Order: sequence, then structure tokens, then C-alpha cells
Amino acid sequence: MVGRSLAVLISAAALTGCVQIETPDKPIEINLNINIRQEVVYRLDGDAKKLIEQNSEIF
Amino acid sequence: MTGNDMMRFKMWKPTGLALAAIAATAAVALAVPSAMAQRDPAYAAARAAGQIGEQPDGYLGFASTPTPAIRALVQDLNIKRKAAYTERAQATGSTVEQFAFTSGCNLIANTKPGEKYQAPDGRWLTRDGSPPVRNASCP
Repeated sequence: MVGRSLAVLISAAALTGCVQIETPDKPIEINLNINIRQEVVYRLDGDAKKLIEQNSEIF
Repeated sequence: MTGNDMMRFKMWKPTGLALAAIAATAAVALAVPSAMAQRDPAYAAARAAGQIGEQPDGYLGFASTPTPAIRALVQDLNIKRKAAYTERAQATGSTVEQFAFTSGCNLIANTKPGEKYQAPDGRWLTRDGSPPVRNASCP
């Protein structure tokens, strides 16, 4: 009996722990999106500079 | 040894020709932009007057209500820009919007003091000596 109630207590504690981890989920997701976009921009930056230099009459 | 020297000798001529071809292409590539570098005088004037400016999306926009002539001029340049972005986007495996945005980061950075550009919040600002207000994703 004591063992069972202990197990219940431990799992309850584990559950509250899980809920607390869930909370900062959104800001982390937003940061990831910004990083992916920046990665693309950094990759294309050299090509963009070249395009602007070589077509300066339209820029 | 002799075989290797023969190979080297045989390889030399085509390599020399290829180098000459590359040099000639480079010379043409360098000459063409300088010959085409001039902005249309009407475009240069509208830019200098702050009637039009650079948007974060890589296209030109109107900082104030344009005349029909300026509107037509900007539309024409934006169509040409979109064609150039589309070609480069395909070559780099990116979307037109991604390539245009990256170009916009550079075009705003390249604005001269007195020229107009659009901040990420939509306001039209006049470039001064300090760095321009750009999107956080700009390099």
C-alpha cells in the first residue's frame, strides 16, 4: 500500500514537471523560425550582392 | 617520365586556351556592368528627391504620392527586378521572396544619405550617416 501511494506521488510529481516544461515551448519555436530564415538570407547574400552589382541600372 | 612530360605538353594547350577564354569572358563581364551602370535620369532624380525609395521586400516603393510618370517608371523597374530575382532564385534553389528579401537587405544598406527607405514597421525613413533600420534577419 505504502509502495503504491509512493508510486502515485512520484508519478504526480513527474506529471507536474512535464507541464512546467511545456510552458516555454512557444518562444523557443519563434527563435527557431528566425534562425532558419537568417540562414537562408546569409546563404543568398553573396548572390544578391553580385546581382545588384551586375544589374546596377535597375537597382 | 617522358610519358608524363608528353601528357603535360598535350594538356598545356587546351588549358591555355581555356584560360584565355575565361579571361576574355571576365573582361566582357566586367565591361558590361560599367557600360550599363547608369540609372535612368528620371529614376535617379526621383530617388534623390526622396519621392521613391527601397522597401524591405527588395522592390521600390513610393514615399509620397507619385506622379503617373514616376508610378510607371517604378512599375517598370520592379518588373525587371522581379525577373532578375526569379532567375537567381531558380539558380540558387530559393524562393523569389527569399532572394528578393536578401536583395532588399543589401539595397537598403546601400542607400545614400538623403535617400528614402522603408523600415520593417512600414515607416518611410530618410537615410542619414547612421546604419539604416532593417529587418532583424538581415545579415
